[in-house]
Amino acid sequence: MISRAMSRRHLLGLGVGAGAAAALAACGSSGPSGQSGAGGDAVADYWSLSGPPGEPARRAALDRFNAANPDTKISSIFLKNDAFKQKIKTSIGAGEAPVLIWGWGGGTLKSYVEAGQVDDLTDWFNQNAAVKDKLFPTSFGAATVNGKIYAMPHETVQPILLYWNKKVFDDVGVQPPQSWGDILDLVPKFNAKNIAPFALGGQSRWTNMMWLELLLDRTAGSEVFDRVFAGEANAWSDPAVLDMLTKVQQLIDANGFVNGFSSITADSNADQALLYTGKAAMMVHGSWSYGIQEEQGGDFVKNDGLGYMNFPPVDGGKGDPSNQVGNPGHYLSINAKATPEQKEVAKKFFSTTLIDAEEPKAWIQSGNVPIIKGSDSMYEANPKGEFLKFVYDTSVNAKVFAQSWDQALSPTAAETLLDNIAKLFQKQISPQQWIDNMNAVIGK
Amino acid sequence: MTTLAPPAVRVSEPTVTGGGRGGGLIWMTVPALLIFTAFGVVPLLGVLALSFTTWNNVGPIQPSGLDSWTTVLTDPDLPHALWVTFLIMGLSWLVQTPISVLLGVFLAAHKRYRGFLAVLYFIPLLLSSAAIAITYKALLDPNFGIGNGLGIPLLNQDWLGDSTLAVGVVVFIVSWQYIPFHTLIYQGAVRSIPHSMYEASLIDGAGRIRQFFSITLPQLRYTIVTSSTLMVVGSLTLFDLIYVLTAGGPGDATRALALEMYRTGFQANLMGPASAIAVILVLVGLGLSQLLRRLGGRGDESQQEGA
Repeated sequence: MISRAMSRRHLLGLGVGAGAAAALAACGSSGPSGQSGAGGDAVADYWSLSGPPGEPARRAALDRFNAANPDTKISSIFLKNDAFKQKIKTSIGAGEAPVLIWGWGGGTLKSYVEAGQVDDLTDWFNQNAAVKDKLFPTSFGAATVNGKIYAMPHETVQPILLYWNKKVFDDVGVQPPQSWGDILDLVPKFNAKNIAPFALGGQSRWTNMMWLELLLDRTAGSEVFDRVFAGEANAWSDPAVLDMLTKVQQLIDANGFVNGFSSITADSNADQALLYTGKAAMMVHGSWSYGIQEEQGGDFVKNDGLGYMNFPPVDGGKGDPSNQVGNPGHYLSINAKATPEQKEVAKKFFSTTLIDAEEPKAWIQSGNVPIIKGSDSMYEANPKGEFLKFVYDTSVNAKVFAQSWDQALSPTAAETLLDNIAKLFQKQISPQQWIDNMNAVIGK
Repeated sequence: MTTLAPPAVRVSEPTVTGGGRGGGLIWMTVPALLIFTAFGVVPLLGVLALSFTTWNNVGPIQPSGLDSWTTVLTDPDLPHALWVTFLIMGLSWLVQTPISVLLGVFLAAHKRYRGFLAVLYFIPLLLSSAAIAITYKALLDPNFGIGNGLGIPLLNQDWLGDSTLAVGVVVFIVSWQYIPFHTLIYQGAVRSIPHSMYEASLIDGAGRIRQFFSITLPQLRYTIVTSSTLMVVGSLTLFDLIYVLTAGGPGDATRALALEMYRTGFQANLMGPASAIAVILVLVGLGLSQLLRRLGGRGDESQQEGA
């Protein structure tokens, strides 16, 4: 019975999906169409990610725009993360993408640019300097391909931080690490008390990648990855990379990461749970982790149990300790196949709603830091104000805010990167093999 | 005279009514043939065509000759994926077949408590693979799983984080899920063995074990071939369970051919090489099922001669 009910629902889902696909195909056959989606009188359309905290803020922005522009409305479809990634890719390939293409910038945006699917916005930003001036300058890096801007940065900035459980630190009687050396010293102390030094959701792979990004930046600065990004041959052969990879394996050998980390996924938040239950002492994770700990950790955050800081410097390292990696923003591009009228609507959305006074409020409410300058003055009333201020300051003061490697590289190179990182953490390959494998996909 | 008559009728019958009845029969295959062509042959040809192109999912599809094939055939990931696929296939066959045969024989007897057990054994087959994978993943979690919950250190292994254990876990779960299905097949097959064979052997003084090896097992020959084909082809295309459980990890320890194909096509955006892997998958599947058919004999001789 269970099986029959499920399979019927599954079939129903397939049927609905096929119907929707057919409907989309029918109205999208001549490029992007304003008629698809909910709003019948919409001129342009927009797809993005569903679920809190983002969806309410995104809906609010669209509602504001549609209320102010009843004749040129934007319709919207919200999808789950993986479904969105798959659908946007397929629809762009088929020439049926929405007018507004939402994304993370970087390598994926570059593949759209190379296929001629998105518009060059450089001139528009030059003409509308006021729009550009409102946004964090660090957010434009991931929107730029070959020196030209192809997307409007919007929404929030998400740096990667080092979190720690204050109670566990008190119990063991130690202080948060101020350097890489401190980290290595702390590992045996926690292990002696049967507490994992670091929580890690290693099956998700990008979680491991955050360690490499931060360590390489602290040892050698942001230039090494810049050369990889620029497609320079053998750029991974820089001695700093070997040094960094060796350090990572040292930490693995010293049992720095929680037992069984390679079977833990970040999607299930099991890594977060390790930290707030005190089974692990520290964790390197994105700034969104704060909201998860607050929501799922009971009184953990409320009782000031969660400590956070920028990743500490490496002794003798060249990298600036203020440097950050993570998501410098989210991005909206304009479909090159859209009509001039649709493109005008999109640009109006950029220059009015996305930088208005209401936009940062919605994001702050959801516990995020918008990439709009001066929004820090709105934090005081917020219960998370202190954390938001910290994220704002780290992001604004960062000498370099680099984009996460898997987003910055092309999907092909990113998959090789994540695969090799997983193998490195599993010790299936040596640091030198990692470098050779990665050199082979530079520029691909 | 009468003995000659039947063959004459048999020969002439198809030719007389052949036009009408044969036409009717061919007509009946049309729906299946259409569906098979639309959802089987056409996509297959599409994949074959794609394997000679370069396509990143976004840009235009460009013909590139044998590029994708050379990429795939020189990639060390391919032999590894093949090895993982055959390892999981072989191990799950070795685990499933003996257990399924024994359970099938056990359940074939018409006893009420066995009927009840048959219902219980059937339950895993009712669950979807994804649900099973999520459940086992939670049970086997190294920190919040069953080992810690029950305080049994033996259960507290790094089940999905250790390369060898992870393969073992996949084989175990696949077997747990599909043994009920194969048991069902064997149960039916055992019930169709003529009772007179057992009675005759009893007169000859054969015990239960002798009966099992001399009558039951030989009589199950074609069933074993059928069930093995299903197992082998099933584990070739095994994707959902592994994807949810380990995503091919740790590292690439459980990355079977189907996962390698998905990774190449949808994560690395290399549709050409992914299509080449898909074609390899089809060829391996066809080859294996053909091989199993050969091993099982031609199937035109009777197994129940004299029964």
